[in-house]
Amino acid sequence: MAHDTAAHDDHHDHKQGFFERWFYSTNHKDIGTLYLLFSLLMFFIGGAMAMVIRAELFQPGLQLVAPEFFNQMTTTHALVMIFGAVMPAFVGLANWMIPLMIGAPDMALPRMNNWSFWIMPFAFTLLLLPLILEGFGIGGGGPAGGWTLYPPLSLQGGTSTAFTIFAIHMMGVSSIMGAINIIATVLNMRAPGVDLLKMPIFVWTWLITAFLLIAVMPVLAGSVTMLLTDKFFGTSFFNAAGGGDPVMYQHIFWFFGHPEVYIMILPAFGVVSEIIPTFARKPLFGYQAMVYATASIAFLSFIVWAHHMFTVGMPLGGELYFMYATMLIAIPTGVKVFNWTTTLWRGSISFETPMLFALGFVIMFTIGGFSGLMLAIVSADMQYHDTYFVVAHFHYVLVTGAIFGIMAGVYYWLPKWTGHMYNETLGKWHFWLSTIFVNLLFFPQHFLGLAGMQRRVPDYNPAFADFNMWSSIGGFGFGLSQLLFAYIVWSSIRGGAKAEARVWESAKGLEWTVPSPAPHHTFTTPPVIRDGDLAHGDVTH
Amino acid sequence: MMKTNRITAMLTGLFGSLASLAAFADDTKEPQLWQLNMTDGVTTSSQNAYDSHMLMFWVCVVIGIVVFGAMGLAMFKFRKSKGAVPDTEFTHSTFLEILWTGIPIIILIASAIPATAKVMALYNDDHSPKPFGMTVKITGQQWLWTYEYKGEDLEFTSRLDRESDRLRQDKTASQEAITAHKHYLRDVDNPLVIPADTRIRFVITADDVIHAWWVPALGWKQDAIPGVINEAWTEVPAAKIGTYRGVCAELCGKDHGFMPIVVKVVSKADYKTWLAERKAANNPAPAAAPAAVTIDAGDVPAEDAAAQAAAPAASTQP
Repeated sequence: MAHDTAAHDDHHDHKQGFFERWFYSTNHKDIGTLYLLFSLLMFFIGGAMAMVIRAELFQPGLQLVAPEFFNQMTTTHALVMIFGAVMPAFVGLANWMIPLMIGAPDMALPRMNNWSFWIMPFAFTLLLLPLILEGFGIGGGGPAGGWTLYPPLSLQGGTSTAFTIFAIHMMGVSSIMGAINIIATVLNMRAPGVDLLKMPIFVWTWLITAFLLIAVMPVLAGSVTMLLTDKFFGTSFFNAAGGGDPVMYQHIFWFFGHPEVYIMILPAFGVVSEIIPTFARKPLFGYQAMVYATASIAFLSFIVWAHHMFTVGMPLGGELYFMYATMLIAIPTGVKVFNWTTTLWRGSISFETPMLFALGFVIMFTIGGFSGLMLAIVSADMQYHDTYFVVAHFHYVLVTGAIFGIMAGVYYWLPKWTGHMYNETLGKWHFWLSTIFVNLLFFPQHFLGLAGMQRRVPDYNPAFADFNMWSSIGGFGFGLSQLLFAYIVWSSIRGGAKAEARVWESAKGLEWTVPSPAPHHTFTTPPVIRDGDLAHGDVTH
Repeated sequence: MMKTNRITAMLTGLFGSLASLAAFADDTKEPQLWQLNMTDGVTTSSQNAYDSHMLMFWVCVVIGIVVFGAMGLAMFKFRKSKGAVPDTEFTHSTFLEILWTGIPIIILIASAIPATAKVMALYNDDHSPKPFGMTVKITGQQWLWTYEYKGEDLEFTSRLDRESDRLRQDKTASQEAITAHKHYLRDVDNPLVIPADTRIRFVITADDVIHAWWVPALGWKQDAIPGVINEAWTEVPAAKIGTYRGVCAELCGKDHGFMPIVVKVVSKADYKTWLAERKAANNPAPAAAPAAVTIDAGDVPAEDAAAQAAAPAASTQP
């Protein structure tokens, strides 16, 4: 770094112009901000698509959109939310918080950090371009074969197939670089005294997530490259007529896809493991068990992929193995839930917005975990598979799981980023509105699936009408509630009560030893760790 | 009034709608308004699916009561606003970690045992299977199903009924018009007719993209994959004669939502009559028959193709 004195901020050296600051940035905080704002934008774009879906499903009959466009919406909604909203939000949190939490001056590879962010806007322009062009009457619209891009259906798409695949390649490159950066930072740049088993849980979960990313993003890249050559260069990897196998794609895809699910949830585990101890005013219960449970979940994620494929015609042994392996995941996940619950026990709990979101996370993620356990049972999955029961399951895990985790983290660290407290009353309103509407949105979908409504259809029999209407009302309410979130974040950037360095009275960790807002450069010399600075500085358990 | 009706409807859905069972034997397993739970169907496979589902549901309910109960109690008892003082020494317990790792392992093993037996039953792994009485080849196409009765020289397509097709394409169709069509999107022109009390083998494949053949009342779905022949079976007892409906469950393109399945289960005698009528209806028009039977047979005479088609079915006979 050019600076060798402590506590610099940018007002001391030359004033950076807007372009220089945000486009050339190698500063982990600025890049973290970019990631988070980008993710918020994608959250609203993906959300707008969800609104189209729920509007069409508001009542039976096809009123608003054509089935082709409906399929483009479900496909693109998923791709945008997974790769554009959830994953970049966690990378943003990692960028902002990991250096602050381990006492490092920046990420280990700042220029690569800049690059890994700036790939994203181009990747998503590419992904969304076919949809936009269709609006001008050019081309056949976006991908419509489902986000899993199962061949042969995904190969029936037009040129959008190429757009989608190149976009996925770019997102993959970005994710891999982000993961390399996090591993390099965590393993090399911890301040003296921040031992591995004294690191905050958020850092641990991200370190493990980064290994998952490096392991599986190349697998996704490989599978979509084979789709690309099948489509445009006459190969037959997945084409039965040419000796290929469409089921092989599903195996390769889900070998990526299942760890991907944990890539989206492990950092959220980390976030709530930071928040619950702060507002229970009591250290995290079973810190080491939490670390080992996270590592176990990550390991298991590699050996359960075909539970997404119980109906493809696997042999009995395959079905049984994947059922047992999937059931095993309940054990480390249960350990985490039990440890969070016991952290609350004999605490002194208060319910600020981050805590509300964290508690909401634990409860509703557990509901998603329950339906996950049910889905593991092969004979029951023969009925659940590809129905709204599955839709309800993964939205509980991803919306009230991953996204509630992100929001908990944003409220928790927002005062550290902006230097201002957010509006607590509005924050609580945001939580309660989101929670009520999200349950109205997704809980009835369990019933729809059990009654026999299949996924990815734009129209349905009137027997499914009432729960679909509930679900749509919940969807619109949840969508509107997020405008409140955007307003709260914006107004906290603009002003508000001054935040102290230690924003929350019993918050532990190095991030609370620097002023709020965190200066442009922090820990340019390694901090001296004092007793009590680290949440887990003295753990022997 | 409206409210009472809805509550009644909800209870009906919840408890399996005994009233409608008597009134419309045709629709006992159709989705009901306000239906909350999975159907138990009409076969042992569907009963097994339902039992597995309910077992895991109650396991989850019990665990949920314990975990959410403990959380709720903690949130109620240990509030700062009530003057709770944190016990910052209570940070780990090897005993608890072993306990809450061990108990779930026991619960999972206890659930896995019946679950395993049910999967094995679905996979026909009881080593003394009743012989298959007949074989039906199901082929998924965008966006209809083709049913071929192996060895019977009978093949026909089954697609969305005209009235549903008209309604779904009419953007101005009123809710009343849609509701008036009781089987909107769940009816076809030519249902699959199968005899009761007969163990039927299905071989399932697809011509273009992946589809999935799913009739909830039969208790399973099976992907129809081009280049792959999947196998499944069913046996509906005579007591459950009726019409059962399902859908394509795997996204297969724009009309994925519009390729329903209707299975008519009839008595063995009725099946024979139907089969004879159906074949008679096909035979007077020999021009149509080759198109239906010998699509891929080229120059092979129709009789030979039919014999070839019958061969795999015959091999499963004892």
